[in-house]
Amino acid sequence: MSTDMTAPLLSVRGVKTYYGNIIALKGVDIDVNQGEIVTMIGANGAGKSTLMMTIFGKPQAREGTITYDGRDITKMPTHEIAHLGIAQSPEGRRVFPRMSVFENLQMGASVNNLAYFSEDLEKVCAIFPRLKERLQQRAGTLSGGEQQMLAIARALMSRPRLLLLDEPSLGLAPIVVRQIFDVIREVNKKEGMTVFLVEQNAYHALKLADRAYVMVNGLITMSGTGKQLLADPQVKAAYLEGGHH
Amino acid sequence: MSEMRATPVVNWTAIFKDALIAALIAVGLFALLIGLKTDQTLNNQMVLVPRPGLFGTIVALVFFGRLFLGYLNAVRSSEVKKKKPSSALMIKVEKYGLPVLIGFLVVYPLVVLGTVGPQGALKWIDNFGVQILIYIMLGWGLNIVVGLAGLLDLGYVAFYAVGAYSYALFATSEPIKEFMAQLIGEGFWQAWAFWICLPVAGILAAFWGVLLGFPVLRLRGDYLAIVTLAFGEIIRLVLINWVEFSNGYAGISSIPRPSFFGVPFNATENGFAAKFGIEFSPIHRTIFLFYVILALALLTAAVSMRLRRLPVGRAWEALREDEIACRSLGINTVNTKLTAFAIGAMFGGFAGAFFAARQGFISPESFVFLESAQILAIVVLGGMGSLVGVVIASVLLVGGVEILRELDFLKMYFGDNFDPAQYRMLIFGICMVLMMLWKPRGLISTREPSVFLKEKKAVSSDLVKEGHG
Ligand SMILES: Nc1ncnc2c1ncn2[C@@H]1O[C@H](COP(=O)(O)OP(=O)(O)OP(=O)(O)O)[C@@H](O)[C@H]1O
Ligand SMILES: [Mg+2]
Repeated sequence: MSTDMTAPLLSVRGVKTYYGNIIALKGVDIDVNQGEIVTMIGANGAGKSTLMMTIFGKPQAREGTITYDGRDITKMPTHEIAHLGIAQSPEGRRVFPRMSVFENLQMGASVNNLAYFSEDLEKVCAIFPRLKERLQQRAGTLSGGEQQMLAIARALMSRPRLLLLDEPSLGLAPIVVRQIFDVIREVNKKEGMTVFLVEQNAYHALKLADRAYVMVNGLITMSGTGKQLLADPQVKAAYLEGGHH
Repeated sequence: MSEMRATPVVNWTAIFKDALIAALIAVGLFALLIGLKTDQTLNNQMVLVPRPGLFGTIVALVFFGRLFLGYLNAVRSSEVKKKKPSSALMIKVEKYGLPVLIGFLVVYPLVVLGTVGPQGALKWIDNFGVQILIYIMLGWGLNIVVGLAGLLDLGYVAFYAVGAYSYALFATSEPIKEFMAQLIGEGFWQAWAFWICLPVAGILAAFWGVLLGFPVLRLRGDYLAIVTLAFGEIIRLVLINWVEFSNGYAGISSIPRPSFFGVPFNATENGFAAKFGIEFSPIHRTIFLFYVILALALLTAAVSMRLRRLPVGRAWEALREDEIACRSLGINTVNTKLTAFAIGAMFGGFAGAFFAARQGFISPESFVFLESAQILAIVVLGGMGSLVGVVIASVLLVGGVEILRELDFLKMYFGDNFDPAQYRMLIFGICMVLMMLWKPRGLISTREPSVFLKEKKAVSSDLVKEGHG
């Protein structure tokens, strides 16, 4: 591996992404270091999902560079990026509804040709016992929370070094949100997996994060440790209003 | 679950009223369409010929059909959620249906031969056997593209045409014939052309499949359907208009028929009958053709079943479900789509070569859009992705039309000009409407998981509409 211990695992520099003529990312800089949990928060339409997708090469950045593990992946096709050890649980889960849970997990393992399949299957079943009971059920008939678990489990099946999660707590009951966040902490601590997380659920996400960014209108406006941002009055006012425990 | 089984409440007056209204609508609709027919007299005058018999029958059919439907509905709705046609049964049909079917097909020609003798058997083996098997094979081939990969292809007949013309052109080509004659011997090409051209036709069709695949890579659903439809028409128009190449409307005739691996089916002393010491009969070739298309169809089924269990097959299915998710899981969607097009097209090409060899004559007329529509209807009717469903649908649609030809006795009732085969589109339409009413997801609509842990557990698609949570 070409990793230089000090260089970040993922580094995004001056990235501008357009949808047609409309600019969605106006020059974004982000670093994710090996072993960290990095969170990004921001209002609806800020461009968080766009950044996630740009890292995965669809849409491609029109300007700027994205480097992963010392390699320039800015113009690489999505499926090749997946082979470099980045996995994504996209916004809105996107499980394969007519395939069984088991088959969904198999699809997750396709980058390494099912080589570690049974081992990893046991692992994700231990993490998500709900899925274990439902391996033969169609993914489309799972509850929203179970589908979210499946989306994360599917991403884990590829043994990624870097896990990208876009709003994993979307539409979930508070207790399930806590479970999901516990899982993220667990894979980070136990397996040393690097996690880059986009969240609306700012309180939980910032508590979990080593470092965090705030995105506004396609630009990063603030960054710091999770604790710092959690204590910041501006962040409090904009993203932590109301009851959050 | 509580079993509430009240006695069916059937509101006969309401049903009767409903049927009467339907009959009235039928009267209005068909009075001019069917009740009257324009005809020419000997001195070229147009006259109206009333057809009360036909008209009356159809209105009566509508009335009683509606009555029956109303009754069925009443009975069904008063039985509180009786068990749905269980998906376990569907899985059984899908699992055991195929071996039973194959066994039946293998003995079919011999059984027919034994029961009706060589004269009558010709029709049964050719029209009902070979004809249906061609569509089964086409259905299974298209199923790879539409059923598995979810790419709605309305131009499948193009590949059928490519296969047919590949074989026809190569087999009738004088230069190739002469070259082969010098190289190996006189008569070689005539005898072996089919077996050599069959794979070539498949490869060429696959090549055209990839060619179609490239421009439509980014399209889905209705847009894809339109482009593939256009592709099918373009191929046909080229075949019509490029006369030097394909002989245009006139088509290609005297295409060599397949030999029994080099032994021709004729009455000469080198022929099949003489070699095997039996009396010559044209039925031998028909029976042989039956087994050839059966083998080709089974090859298609075997390959598609095998592929479903391989990574590429699973990628097809995942692609059908969600392209974006597929890509982010590291699947090369470009290659995945192109292989689906290529493999589907290849089987269309095989079927086309067989068709040309069986007919001995082809023209662009055989490759109209209606054929594509019929093949697609077979796949959809059968329940996307189900192999047994395709068989049932082919038998119903193709066999149904053949049966219509047999209904000559209807002429006694409707007059000599009545040709039941003209009503095939009506049957087609009725089938479709009935399907939409009762089995909107196809006859065999359970998707059997391609991989299992320990026990099988199927979830019927009747019970679950997919949702994204
Ligand atoms: N495919 C697209 N075509 C055109 N505009 C798009 C497209 N996808 C996103 N946008 C626009 O880009 C901007 C950023 O969208 P994005 O989905 O990245 O926001 P987000 O931060 O993820 O918001 P949310 O929290 O609601 O998910 C929005 O203004 C959105 O309308
Ligand atoms: Mg988003």
